[in-house]
Amino acid sequence: MSRLAGLFAELAQKNRKALIPFVTAGDPNPDFTVPLMHAMVGAGADIIELGVPFSDPMADGPVIQRASERALAHHQSLRTTLAIATEFRKTNGHTPVVIMGYLNPVEIMGYEKFADAVQAAGVDGVLTVDLPPEEAAECAELLKARDVDPIFLLAPNSTPERVKIMDAIGSGYIYYVSLKGVTGAGHLNSAEVETKLTEIRANTKLPLAVGFGVKDAETAKIIGNLGDGVVVGSALIKEIEANLQNPAQAKQAIIGLLTSMRHAMDN
Amino acid sequence: MTEKYNMPDARGHFGIYGGIFVAETLMPAITELNSAYQHYMNDAEFVAELDKDMQHYVGRPSPLYHAERWTKELGGAQIYLKREDLNHTGSHKINNTVGQALLAKRMGKTRIIAETGAGQHGVATATVAARLGLECVIYMGAVDVARQSLNVYRMKLLGATVVAVESGSKTLKDALNEALRDWVTNIDDTFYIIGTVAGPHPYPAMVRDFQAILGREAKAQCLAQAGKLPNALVACVGGGSNAMGLFYPFIDDADVKMIGVEAAGDGIETGRHSAPLCAGRPGVLHGNRTYLMSDDDGEIIETHSISAGLDYPGVGPEHAWLKDSGRAQYVNITDDEALGGFYALTRMEGIIPALESSHAMAYVMKLAPTMKSDEIIIVNLSGRGDKDMQTMARREGIEL
Ligand SMILES: Cc1ncc(COP(=O)(O)O)c(C=O)c1O
Repeated sequence: MSRLAGLFAELAQKNRKALIPFVTAGDPNPDFTVPLMHAMVGAGADIIELGVPFSDPMADGPVIQRASERALAHHQSLRTTLAIATEFRKTNGHTPVVIMGYLNPVEIMGYEKFADAVQAAGVDGVLTVDLPPEEAAECAELLKARDVDPIFLLAPNSTPERVKIMDAIGSGYIYYVSLKGVTGAGHLNSAEVETKLTEIRANTKLPLAVGFGVKDAETAKIIGNLGDGVVVGSALIKEIEANLQNPAQAKQAIIGLLTSMRHAMDN
Repeated sequence: MTEKYNMPDARGHFGIYGGIFVAETLMPAITELNSAYQHYMNDAEFVAELDKDMQHYVGRPSPLYHAERWTKELGGAQIYLKREDLNHTGSHKINNTVGQALLAKRMGKTRIIAETGAGQHGVATATVAARLGLECVIYMGAVDVARQSLNVYRMKLLGATVVAVESGSKTLKDALNEALRDWVTNIDDTFYIIGTVAGPHPYPAMVRDFQAILGREAKAQCLAQAGKLPNALVACVGGGSNAMGLFYPFIDDADVKMIGVEAAGDGIETGRHSAPLCAGRPGVLHGNRTYLMSDDDGEIIETHSISAGLDYPGVGPEHAWLKDSGRAQYVNITDDEALGGFYALTRMEGIIPALESSHAMAYVMKLAPTMKSDEIIIVNLSGRGDKDMQTMARREGIEL
């Protein structure tokens, strides 16, 4: 069983929901990320999504775009992001790490080399934003053969047909993006999310992590009641952005936010 | 070649190139667009309306002009110019926007968005949006807003909102990123008119099909005027739509050479260029697999060209296929050489070409003298140079 499957099985038994922070690797500098990952685990994170910075983050809003730009200024890349995961694994053998990014760096590295590198880094899941299932067969096979879960997105406008496709090719969990639009946008409509998740569950048994629009303890609790996992990204990165002169302060603020989310989700 | 060319396949693949590489949030919109496109391209009423607009609104057919003085000067092949500069709004871009806007209307979309580099596609989009009474938002890199201010003004006059994109390299690729973000956010009422043969399927095939009218005309005109097919076709390649429009109707005519001209900027060896086919490698960007300018880490490299319309790190996937298959050749022309083409056509024929098209002209200056006088080159004059007056004057030290 993959680390992700094991985690969700365990959480289901405890009736607990996964708290999944997303941060961009190397933002605001490469030394910041590994200690932050450990601290986030300490604050109650169950899975860590590590963003791979890309020059053209088409599906991201301004907050994550700027995080990418800050990381790229330090030449953070797919390779050095995997190095961060490797470093993290040295002292944490249990928290799943998922890398999330765009396809071109993977294409340039080569699928097979990528799959090997991901496995060697102890990464558990790969979410490639611009790689829909129709084009993903080869990459997904290579990952699954190495016990790495290929994770796919579903959106409010995804048809039941597409849910079945994701169910067939994906593993680990499905990432439901609860808003139409880019990361960091707009407002959360919990009734809509609930209806959609019920519809999705009719066609897949994979755990559903819900993201986009989670920004505080209250929204985390609402989403935690609906899905199997809660993803929070832009809200954390905003703290990094607000404290660029003082990364220690940023880390403090992120830990504070995650702690309050954890508390709200568990009570 | 006995089998007729029939690319792409049903999922938009040209060999390993093309395809649909987008976030899941865009998938339903692309599926909807693809079925509308498949349906209307075979709908007699739609085709008739498009033909009528091409004739009476765009001003088609555009002439195929035998540039006799320039031919004599260069002393080789007979040079014919396909005069897309004479279209309404001044370039080939309108062929595509008229087509896509009609499609948007049939699909019930009320809002049009587009990306633009030189501003020609933005102007052509704002134009059709004005005519059909559709809301229009144009994304343009902040660098391009500065160097193509005349076109920015034209778009605003036409009622469009022009958004200056400040992210990344602030040029065409970043405008495309921003337009994709808009689309995914406003997917229900918005139609995204991509300006070239790039993007996810069906865009590369659809834009080619709308642009192919210019190649079909050129073929018939050449047969009528010269009594035979041309020996070579030459067109500049940014994303590759004017080139694809010219090449496509000739693909099965194996004796007709097809030559795409990329922008070499300061020179390929300097790294400051926009020539992915000549000096890039395959990768994935903006929804398709194609040749790209990217570094060893897969990050997209910033491009350079004197012409904003060629300043793009990717290229349409069909060109990638035509290159690998050997059916077309791709060459490159530096900024300085393009300026030579610009002045030559202006002084020799009294036609001021766009800086993009000037790259094709500059290559003709190299190619024609190597050919015989009974051979024919058709070169696509994709646009007129009015939009570049400020850039050119500034180079000459004149403030307009
Ligand atoms: C006059 C002209 N020619 C060519 C191009 C390049 O586009 P494409 O390669 O799609 O024809 C542009 C783009 O703005 C243009 O304005």
